[in-house]
Amino acid sequence: MKSMQELSAIREKMKAEITLEGKTGCKRVVVGMATCGIAAGATPVLNAFVEGVKAAGLEDMISVKQTGCVGICQYEPVAEVYDGTTRTTYVKMDAEKAKRVVEEHLKGGNIVTEYTIGATEV
Amino acid sequence: METITLKINGVEVTVPKGYTILQAAHEAGIKIPTLCYLKEINEIGACRICLVEVKGSPKLAAACVFPAADGMEVYTNTPKLIENRKKTLKLILSDHNRSCLSCVRSGHCELQELCQEYGVENEGEYDGYKTPFTIDDSAPHMIRDNSKCILCRRCTAACEAYQSVAVIGANNRGFDTTIGCAFDLPLVETACVDCGQCINVCPTGALHEKESIDEVFAAINDPEKVVLVETAPAVRAGLAEEFGYPLGTDAQGRMAAALRRLNFDKVFDTVFSADLTIMEEGTEFIHRMQNGGKLPLITSCSPGWINFCEHYYPELIDNLSSCKSPQQMFGAVAKSYWAEKEGVPKENIVMVSIMPCSAKKYEYQRDDQAANGVPDVDYVLTTRELARMIKRAGIDYNALPEEEFDLPLGLGTGAGVIFGATGGVMEAALRTAVEVLTGEELPSVDFEDVRGVKAIKEATYEVAGLTVRVAVTSGLANARKLLDMVKSGEKEYDFIEIMACPGGCVNGGGQPRVKANVRNFADIRAERAKVLYSLDEANTIRKSHENPAIVEIYKDFLGEPGSELAHHLLHTTYVKKTVNKSISSTDLENF
Amino acid sequence: MMQNKEIATALTDTEFYQIQKRVALKNCGVIDPENIDEYLAMDGYMALHKVLTEMTPDDVIQVMIDSGLRGRGGAGFPTGLKWKFAKGYEAPQKYVCCNADEGDPGAFMDRSVLEGDPHVVLEAMAIAGYAIGSSQGYIYVRAEYPIAVKRLQIALQQAREYGLFGENIYGTGFNFDIDIRLGAGAFVCGEETALMTSIEGNRGEPRPRPPFPAEKGLFQSPSILNNVETWANIPQIILNGPEWFASTGTEKSKGTKVFALGGKIRHTGLVEIPMGTPLRTVIEDIGGGIPNGKKFKAAQTGGPSGGCIPASHIDVQMDYEHLAEIGSIMGSGGLIVMDEDNCMVDIAKFFLKFTVDESCGKCTPCRIGTKRMLEILEKITAGNGTLEDIDRLEELAAYIKQNALCGLGQTAPNPVLSTVRFFREEYESHIVDRHCPAQVCKELFRYVVDPDKCIGCTQCLRNCPPFAISKTDYIAEGHKLPSVTIDQEKCIKCGACIEKCKFDAISKQ
Repeated sequence: MKSMQELSAIREKMKAEITLEGKTGCKRVVVGMATCGIAAGATPVLNAFVEGVKAAGLEDMISVKQTGCVGICQYEPVAEVYDGTTRTTYVKMDAEKAKRVVEEHLKGGNIVTEYTIGATEV
Repeated sequence: METITLKINGVEVTVPKGYTILQAAHEAGIKIPTLCYLKEINEIGACRICLVEVKGSPKLAAACVFPAADGMEVYTNTPKLIENRKKTLKLILSDHNRSCLSCVRSGHCELQELCQEYGVENEGEYDGYKTPFTIDDSAPHMIRDNSKCILCRRCTAACEAYQSVAVIGANNRGFDTTIGCAFDLPLVETACVDCGQCINVCPTGALHEKESIDEVFAAINDPEKVVLVETAPAVRAGLAEEFGYPLGTDAQGRMAAALRRLNFDKVFDTVFSADLTIMEEGTEFIHRMQNGGKLPLITSCSPGWINFCEHYYPELIDNLSSCKSPQQMFGAVAKSYWAEKEGVPKENIVMVSIMPCSAKKYEYQRDDQAANGVPDVDYVLTTRELARMIKRAGIDYNALPEEEFDLPLGLGTGAGVIFGATGGVMEAALRTAVEVLTGEELPSVDFEDVRGVKAIKEATYEVAGLTVRVAVTSGLANARKLLDMVKSGEKEYDFIEIMACPGGCVNGGGQPRVKANVRNFADIRAERAKVLYSLDEANTIRKSHENPAIVEIYKDFLGEPGSELAHHLLHTTYVKKTVNKSISSTDLENF
Repeated sequence: MMQNKEIATALTDTEFYQIQKRVALKNCGVIDPENIDEYLAMDGYMALHKVLTEMTPDDVIQVMIDSGLRGRGGAGFPTGLKWKFAKGYEAPQKYVCCNADEGDPGAFMDRSVLEGDPHVVLEAMAIAGYAIGSSQGYIYVRAEYPIAVKRLQIALQQAREYGLFGENIYGTGFNFDIDIRLGAGAFVCGEETALMTSIEGNRGEPRPRPPFPAEKGLFQSPSILNNVETWANIPQIILNGPEWFASTGTEKSKGTKVFALGGKIRHTGLVEIPMGTPLRTVIEDIGGGIPNGKKFKAAQTGGPSGGCIPASHIDVQMDYEHLAEIGSIMGSGGLIVMDEDNCMVDIAKFFLKFTVDESCGKCTPCRIGTKRMLEILEKITAGNGTLEDIDRLEELAAYIKQNALCGLGQTAPNPVLSTVRFFREEYESHIVDRHCPAQVCKELFRYVVDPDKCIGCTQCLRNCPPFAISKTDYIAEGHKLPSVTIDQEKCIKCGACIEKCKFDAISKQ
């Protein structure tokens, strides 16, 4: 049972985590883990991100979360990286690709363009 | 009472608020066809034959369930509706076994009647694939032939709503839907109580009793055999309907005449053994009251009820009267007392019993129902089968004179004859028990409190310093309510009468089937019961213990009620039964 | 590749996304559905707080009415009105139900909301509970959605722990809780009365109406039932006001609608568009058109209850009224795109077969009538039809629509009626010419080898399941090996040969 104040506090704290407002240098990774995503192989992708971020010691800066379906069936598994105001949509992911995104994008700050939605044929 | 006024086919009619269109139309003298509808128990709007037009509504309304409203304008027989009904009937026929000529229901089939009324000329128009069907003849009393089933669900509704037994239901779905038991078990392996209420409500020939007509004719034609017949009280209250007479016609005299013309050697009456039951059960009751025996005592005349008790309330088995049913008592004394008296070897006697009941076809095959080393009863026919026998033998029922039963076993009292209506056994028992206990003659033999069709009837009597609390119920769903109250301690009684069929034997599962368009607007139970109460009133002897034939059998043969011989011949035992006979607990876990 | 000028690195930069307007799907793909805190961050449970602390039940119902929100399950009944009726009946207990028994072939809108944003449904149901005076909700979700079920359970547990469900919510004295019931795979249980019958523990079959559920629904008590997507709109309507919601859409169809876009379309997926968006925009701009250079032939909306929209109506606005005008329905949101390779008679047969399989068997017209219609379609696609069969189909269809007990039966003939209406010549071609123009109906075409193109590689022969292909004596000019031939008696028309042939030597005729 939470009081109204407690709920408001949670709301404000989480808002910052999701929008990354006032959190310079922080990133948020979400992996589509609806039935469609899981069926296409999203679980190893999520694991690769979690492990990669952990191995890099970036857990405080980068949150990795599961999320629902973003609506692009053919492109599953989908992972999105929020970095400040920039949103990057990586599609048709697998664990190897996730490792590369961890290295180049999450650690290096460079988008792996060839894995993004605009660069991918279906 | 709040009323509403509406127009049906231009006819203005005022009816109580809450009436359906169907009820309002009935008031206006307009018949709307129905197939699935059964008042109070099957109001499901499934068959779609009763659809009517309501002015201003784009959709058709199912008259059986659609509430009539003030100012409504209803049309029940427009060309469009008639065309729709024809289509509905033809679609039903396309998945129906149309071997109507030999069907047991031909001539009074509700589907056939509608097809005739609506002039369905091209019955095969929509023929196509037919639902695979099964015939379930596993049960002792009945046959289910799903090829003739129209899925109206009236049987399942009767099983559940009247009886709270619910062993049948819809299996599969869509076109493959069939009526059957859970897991498609044969009926005999379920906790079916054999009451036959499903048969009574079936509009077609899909459900019917197992026939024994040929066997009985064969016995009659066998010169070696002495064929006796006994007829239950309720049969005389229904038989005439099979010959076109209205509900509530007394058939007693013509029935006796017909049986004689069927060449039964003796035409006896189960009313005699009903009186015998009162002597035994009354004695048992008084004995239990005075000696701290198990109470409440519960009657045991109705084999459907016995089946129900053994399946669902085995903890109450000790409360059941140990008396056999009147049918079985009759056979037991016919093959001992009468056989000795007449010098007929018991092996040569064929005891035929005409019953309003389908469970009796099960009862006579029970264990412990062969007191003389031969079965007490050899064949049980329903009222419907008797009618068929009469027709088959070319007997013109209408031309029959009224005749009497043969003596001595055809002699019965008014107390015995009311056994056929709910409350009758209780009333008959009270007439005897009170006089036995008080030693005084009753000022009035009418115990009105236990009569009628109320679900549960209760009364308390002060008799010779004893307080006797009685309850009467019929229909197993009502019985379940009553017994649950007894079990929980909410109610306490000394004597309970339970009949499996709603209203008692007059509405038994072997009685003439009453078409839905009649039964939805009449009370079968009350109409038929009136016949029995009239016979009671007209009888000069109205107490079982005053029946001279009963006095004689005790004097010459049985000794006292409850004597050792009486116990041997007239009493029985009961067994606990499992509800799921072929499903073990392991099966259920695996499922 | 998504249509874009430069390489789009974000979904939000694509035309696929930009034409959409996300209301019901607002949080899907954004938040972690198993973490209530993230839902709270998206203003979750603020709408519930607002109604409990600032609004009367009548206010809430008025907002719903003013918003113009209509049922997203397909029939489009005004949600506020439904609530108003239920509020109007006095009863010791009322029920709020959620229809999550999504079952149209190709539809997965509700699953997506439940898996991506379960709290929105819970919050909306609590709001409805307050509005109509109910303390108990039921979510009826199909058992084939295990992840949705799990996430609902987690969400419910978390909301209870936070005191957002249960007794005395937000300290206002309002009590509300929800039970989850799993459907056992019967399409008909998406029909409201069948759904309620199923929750009650009985065989899932519809009941005649009246009485309507608002008066006697679940357990014979006043009840409302709304579909998942409908619920997903509600908290935002409360927070942003009815005018905000009504500013999107058309005059009679307000807000947005989620469609599951599938079939012969470049970008399949889940799209949420303003009501009234032309079908052309959905197919060409959002969906990216038809792949493989094929032509758009028709779009099927409304699943087995809907109809086919032909290419001539591609500019139809996607809203309740316009779709109904051309014999289809909005339905729950299945949108299946078809090209010239789809046979419309076969499509009608597919959907009718679905309803025949899913009919509960209670009423005569649906149980037997649809089966007979299907038999006629099977006869036509087998090349044995007559022109009278089309009349017969129309006649039975009209009868079933008028006479069936529930929505499933009443709409079952729609796929047949709409294809007969717009593609009658295809039916006639099957009947008169014994020809399936799309070459889908197996009985109406044969696989034939062109001996001059066949080089005798025997790839087809080795892959033919019934061994229907054999070598001939004929060697075409320039080839070294004899060509093959297909024994039509043995051929099962599986198409394995045509798939294996690299030389275009096998064709359908």
